[in-house]
Amino acid sequence: MTGAQIIFLVVAFFTLGSGLMVVTTRNLVHAALWLIATLFGVAVMFALLNASFLAVVQVVVYIGAIAILFIFAVMLTRKEMRDQGPQLNRNWWFGALLSVVTFSGLFALLQGWSGISKTPAVFPSDFDAVTALGNALVSPDAYVLPFEVASVLLVAALVGAVYVAFNRK
Amino acid sequence: MVPLSWYLIFSAALFSIGLFGVLSRRNAVAILLGVELMLNSVNVNLAAFWRYGDVADIAGQVFAIIVFAVAAAEVSVGLALVISVYRRRNTVIADDLDMMKF
Repeated sequence: MTGAQIIFLVVAFFTLGSGLMVVTTRNLVHAALWLIATLFGVAVMFALLNASFLAVVQVVVYIGAIAILFIFAVMLTRKEMRDQGPQLNRNWWFGALLSVVTFSGLFALLQGWSGISKTPAVFPSDFDAVTALGNALVSPDAYVLPFEVASVLLVAALVGAVYVAFNRK
Repeated sequence: MVPLSWYLIFSAALFSIGLFGVLSRRNAVAILLGVELMLNSVNVNLAAFWRYGDVADIAGQVFAIIVFAVAAAEVSVGLALVISVYRRRNTVIADDLDMMKF
């Protein structure tokens, strides 16, 4: 077992454990904090995959913005729902069953796939993934149109969010 | 090196955990937390397929960035809806929001 595999296993178990805490812990502020731990584990996964830009964006956008947004939302809505009462609905066993079935189905599907034991591609010499990504995002023959559509979607969603959450009183 | 299957199994497990959260939590904010876990597992998959496929073809990372943008849009609108509902109905429990139920 090489060093990379040991690092992968440690990060994977940490991430999955904090993911389980996100969906099971009673206090929602704690759940949001466990979500930050999970997102950080996923950022380490991106770093292990040599996707450096994604790792940085994961920390800045997810941990810096989305997780903080969650903590604000929990604090704005936590009056009666904090620690008392069941946190899981009546059909939680069905959800658990369905997620176990989903995982075993994906697992079985992966076992029958031929590309399962692929080794990582070697980077071509003088290839910089961040430069290639930046060029692809603004080049007209690549992905400039989906990129612009995504930014318009984000603006529309944020304007809509301000409108929906605005307090008229 | 780490085989591709480890990343795929990891992201399948993270997706299933998020699915459990979405299906079984009562609080609407907790349901959105589960959705975030699912979106993150998809991003791990996209990055892994980029790394283990053709590295020069950057499509996997571009797709992951689009997923980031859509996730940010989804969570901002979702939390705005939750806060708006909480102001009007004084609850964030998904079971109680049944006024459109026939």
